[in-house]
Amino acid sequence: MNIADYGFAIWETFYVTVLSTAFALVLGLPLGVLLVAGDKDGILPLPGWLMHLINIVINILRSVPFLILMICVFPLTRAIVGTTVGTKATIVPLVVAAFPFVARLVETSLRELDEGVVEAAQSMGATPFQIITKVMIPECLPGLISSMTTALTTILGYSAMSGVIGGGGLGKIALSYGYYRYQTNIMIVCVVLLVLMVQAFQSVGTLWATKSDKRLRK
Amino acid sequence: MIELKYLSKTFQMKDGAVKALQNINLTIPDGAIYGIIGMSGAGKSTLVRCINLLERPTGGSVVIDGVAMETLSPASLRKRRREITMIFQQFNLLMQRTCLKNVCFPMELAGVKKAEAEKRAMELLEMVGLPDKANAYPAQLSGGQKQRIAIARALATNPKVLLCDEATSALDPNTTHSILTLIKDINRKLGITVVVITHQMSVVEEICDSVAILDGGVVVEQGSVQEIFANPKTAAAKRLVAPNGGSAARDLSCFAPDDHVVRVTFNGSSTAKPLVASLAAEKGILVSVLSADTRDLSGQCYGSMLLKLPAELAVAQQAMEYMRSQSGVTVEEVTGI
Repeated sequence: MNIADYGFAIWETFYVTVLSTAFALVLGLPLGVLLVAGDKDGILPLPGWLMHLINIVINILRSVPFLILMICVFPLTRAIVGTTVGTKATIVPLVVAAFPFVARLVETSLRELDEGVVEAAQSMGATPFQIITKVMIPECLPGLISSMTTALTTILGYSAMSGVIGGGGLGKIALSYGYYRYQTNIMIVCVVLLVLMVQAFQSVGTLWATKSDKRLRK
Repeated sequence: MIELKYLSKTFQMKDGAVKALQNINLTIPDGAIYGIIGMSGAGKSTLVRCINLLERPTGGSVVIDGVAMETLSPASLRKRRREITMIFQQFNLLMQRTCLKNVCFPMELAGVKKAEAEKRAMELLEMVGLPDKANAYPAQLSGGQKQRIAIARALATNPKVLLCDEATSALDPNTTHSILTLIKDINRKLGITVVVITHQMSVVEEICDSVAILDGGVVVEQGSVQEIFANPKTAAAKRLVAPNGGSAARDLSCFAPDDHVVRVTFNGSSTAKPLVASLAAEKGILVSVLSADTRDLSGQCYGSMLLKLPAELAVAQQAMEYMRSQSGVTVEEVTGI
C-alpha cells in the first residue's frame, strides 16, 4: 500500500458517493415532493390508497439491511451495469438504498414550509407545478442542501460497506487489508480518511446551506 | 361587483360537521372598501377565502362581475385569481427572494417577460414607498415594510379586487394607520374594490364605506359604517362598536336623585360645532361631562355622552331644549328631571 493506492481509493469512494447521491436525488426529490404534494391537504391530492402504498414501499426499502439489499438487487445491477462486481456496480444498490431515505429527507424539509406562502401562491393563480418549482423547492433550498449533506455522508458510510461485493474505495482497502489480513494500521488509516471525508462534506454542506439562506440577517 | 349568494361552508371534522358559514348574502359594489368584521372564530377568514375559492364553498355561489367562480375550470380559475389578489396577516412573502423578485413573482407566474416584470415591479415599489428595498430580502424588513411589499406584489397583475385578510393585525397602531392610508390611496387612485377582513372596529372606522358583521358564521348586520356605528342593533354589533358596553353606559346608581343627568346621543351631527362649548357660550349654561365615548367618522360625530346639568330645574330644561334643537342629537333623561 502506498500513497497512490490511498489516493485512488479516496477517488473511488468520492465518485461512488457523489454519483450515488446524485442519482438518489434524481429519484428521491420527486418522490419526496410527491409525498408532500399528494397529501390530502396538499396542493395535488392523490388517492389515499396510493399515498399509503408509496409510504409502505419506502418504509420497506428503508428497513432492509444494506448488505442484504445489495444482494437482492443483483439482477437490477446486472441489467443496468452489466456486472454485479466492481466499483461501478456498487452504485446501483447504493442508489436503491439511498433514494427512499432521500425522499424522506426531502419530505421533512418541504413540510417545514409555511402553508401561508403556498396559499399566497395559489391566490395568485400558480399551478401546482409552479408552486413546486418556484415556491416549495426554492423556499426550502437551505434545508434541502442540509438534507443532501446528511444523505451524502450516510451514503459515504454505505459505500465503505460495498467492499464486500467487490466495490472499490477506502472500504475495500479497510476490509481486505485491514480486516482479512490483520493489518490494523491500514484499517486505521482508512477509517481516519473516511472520517476526514465526512468532515469535509459536512463542512462544505453546512457552509453552503447557511450561505444560501436569505432568512438570516447579515 | 362581488355577489355572495346563499354562501355556505361546512367543514367535515372527525367529531362532526362544523358550519363555518351559513347562507351569507352580500353584495360588494365596484370601487368600495367593504369591511367584514367579527370576533375570532366568526368565519371571516373562511369567508374571504371563499371569494377567491381558496376554500370551496359547500353551498351557494360567489359571483364576481357576473361570473360564478365555482363553475370555472381550474385553469380559468387560476387566470381569474390574477384579478382578485390577496394580502395576509403574516405577509407570506417568499423569504428566499429579494423584494423586487417577490413583486415580480405573480407576473412570472403569468408569463410576463422578465425585463417588463422588473420594470413594473420597480414602479410598484415606488408606489408603496420602498424603491430602495428592491434588492433587500424580506427578513431585513420591518412588519410594515413587509406588508408594503406584499401590497406591491398583490397589485402586480392589475387586479380588480384586493382582499385583505387581517392585513394590519400583526402591526402596531402607527404602522396600521400608514398601511390603511396606503390601501385607501390605492382604492382611490386605481379604483380597486377592497375587501377588508378584520376584528378591529378601528380599521373599519378608518377606511371602510360599508361593513358586514359576522357572528357565528352568519351575517348579523350590514350597512354603511355610519349606520352601524350609530345604531348597532344586534348584540354582536354592539360588542364590536362598544367593547366594554361603552364608557357612557356607566353605573348610574352613584348619582344623587336630584342630580340632572342626561345621555346625549350623537347620530351623525357635525363635529364642526362643539355642543358643550356652544351651550356655555350661547346660553351661558355650564354642564360637566361625566363620560363620553364618541367617534369622528368623516366629519360626522357618533356615540354618546353623559352630561350633568345644573341643579336648577329651569336651567336644566333650557339646556336640554337647546341640545334637542341641534341636528343629529338626541337627549334622554337618565335621572332627576
